[in-house]
Amino acid sequence: MLPLVWVTWQACEVISFENAAYSYGGGELLSDISLRLAPGSFHFLTGPSGSGKSTFLKLCYAELAPTAGRLTLFDRDVRSLTRDEVALTRRRIGVVHQDCQFLDHLPLAANVALPLTVAGRPSVAADLSDLLGWVGLGQLAEAKPPSLSGGERQRAALARAIIMGPDVILADEPTGNLDWEMSLRLLTLLVELNRMGKTILVATHDLNLIRQAKSQLAARVLRISKRRIQLAGADL
Amino acid sequence: MISARSQNDRVVPPSGAPATLTSFTAGAMTFLAVFALALSLASGRLAERWASALDRTATIRISAPDDQIARQTKAVLDVLATTPGIESARAQSPDEQRKLLEPWFGPDLPLTDLPLPQLIEVIEAPEGYDSEGLKQRLAAEAPGAVLDDHTRWRKPMAEAASRLRLLGYLSILLIGAAMAAMITLAANAALSANAQVIKVLRLVGAKDSYIARAFVRRFTLRAAAGSAVGALAGTIGVALLPAQDAAGGFLTGLGFTGAGWLLPFTLPLLAGAVAFVATRVAAFTTLRRLT
Repeated sequence: MLPLVWVTWQACEVISFENAAYSYGGGELLSDISLRLAPGSFHFLTGPSGSGKSTFLKLCYAELAPTAGRLTLFDRDVRSLTRDEVALTRRRIGVVHQDCQFLDHLPLAANVALPLTVAGRPSVAADLSDLLGWVGLGQLAEAKPPSLSGGERQRAALARAIIMGPDVILADEPTGNLDWEMSLRLLTLLVELNRMGKTILVATHDLNLIRQAKSQLAARVLRISKRRIQLAGADL
Repeated sequence: MISARSQNDRVVPPSGAPATLTSFTAGAMTFLAVFALALSLASGRLAERWASALDRTATIRISAPDDQIARQTKAVLDVLATTPGIESARAQSPDEQRKLLEPWFGPDLPLTDLPLPQLIEVIEAPEGYDSEGLKQRLAAEAPGAVLDDHTRWRKPMAEAASRLRLLGYLSILLIGAAMAAMITLAANAALSANAQVIKVLRLVGAKDSYIARAFVRRFTLRAAAGSAVGALAGTIGVALLPAQDAAGGFLTGLGFTGAGWLLPFTLPLLAGAVAFVATRVAAFTTLRRLT
């Protein structure tokens, strides 16, 4: 069970696209996106390689801003955010990448506590230890990231993503480098977080993972096709 | 507070060529700055010494036939005795004149065989005297007397010393500017080398000011530490120069006096300030280019 210290409930709208588009280098990568991620929802995002899944996720955590239309994060238009406000917004959004990156010179525990460190909040050793235990890395607190396996890195990235108690968790191909058993373990953690009220968006190619998730909760599947986002399969 | 700061500093990897380069640059530049500072202070002292040595003194030179020397000397002394602003005046003895010429002609100079002018040393009172008026009175009373108030010697020497001091300060400024440029380059290199660190920090919600602070503190401390070593080495180097009395030349006067020996140790503070500003500007410029 996730320690209560990391559980927060969001009241406002989390992510909302209104006729948004994103262009780069003269070409439009995403067009006419209208979508709302309701608080506490669980979405998968699928689509062929190069279809714009990572770009969509980058829009969702304000690393990119739409070139047309409107995108709001927590009811704030992304284009109106100052750089400091973008940083503060990211503290409410946990991100897990396939090639999750860490500060290799710091031990795992310091890496997981990094969001607290940059926010100037103290990290309580017992809570940090509980969190590492929850993702199954309790014994590796002092290990350096380069010594971790792919699965351990993914779980460490998830722990780092949730330590601030974010409202939203975005995962970009989180199981891309993992075997099935480890993928299921990660999915279990995400499902547990969703049941605690977190809004989850997972970009993945793994249909088995999606089926497994849908057997446990009401996950919706979004598909990027021809630069647009649609509800996929039975969700249509 | 200290713990939080050290935690913040740890987000930047502790080692790297740019950081080492910063220490070295700051040390080398400070070493040079110590000598520039010593040069400036020494030239300032030199200017004062020259000025004070020649200030408030004047010489009257009497060139006349032998039978008129004594009369004109007395006339000049009488004029000086009644001139306001003259504290004292006295004619130099043959022995004193021989000593003046000894460095050029040796100790066995037959002074009586030479048509040397009579020199009269004049000490000026603090309120000063009317140089032009005195010259006119001398011309009337003693036609062979010429007043030399040392202005033509003092002025160019004082100017030379003043410009030398200016050059010293200019050198310190240039050294500071070069150090700022090199630290900026090193900071930019460090920011580029730590692109992944910056990416991770921004991903987890670090503000630009937080990221910049981590680099700024690192570089400021490195620069100050390197500069302290440079200041110490430079000060030792200056202290090892020959003492002024030993040779008497200008270069042997290069050094510090009294509390002036502490001045080189203000340079690390300046180097730290330069590094602080240079790294901060470089960091914010780089971070603004990132999304």
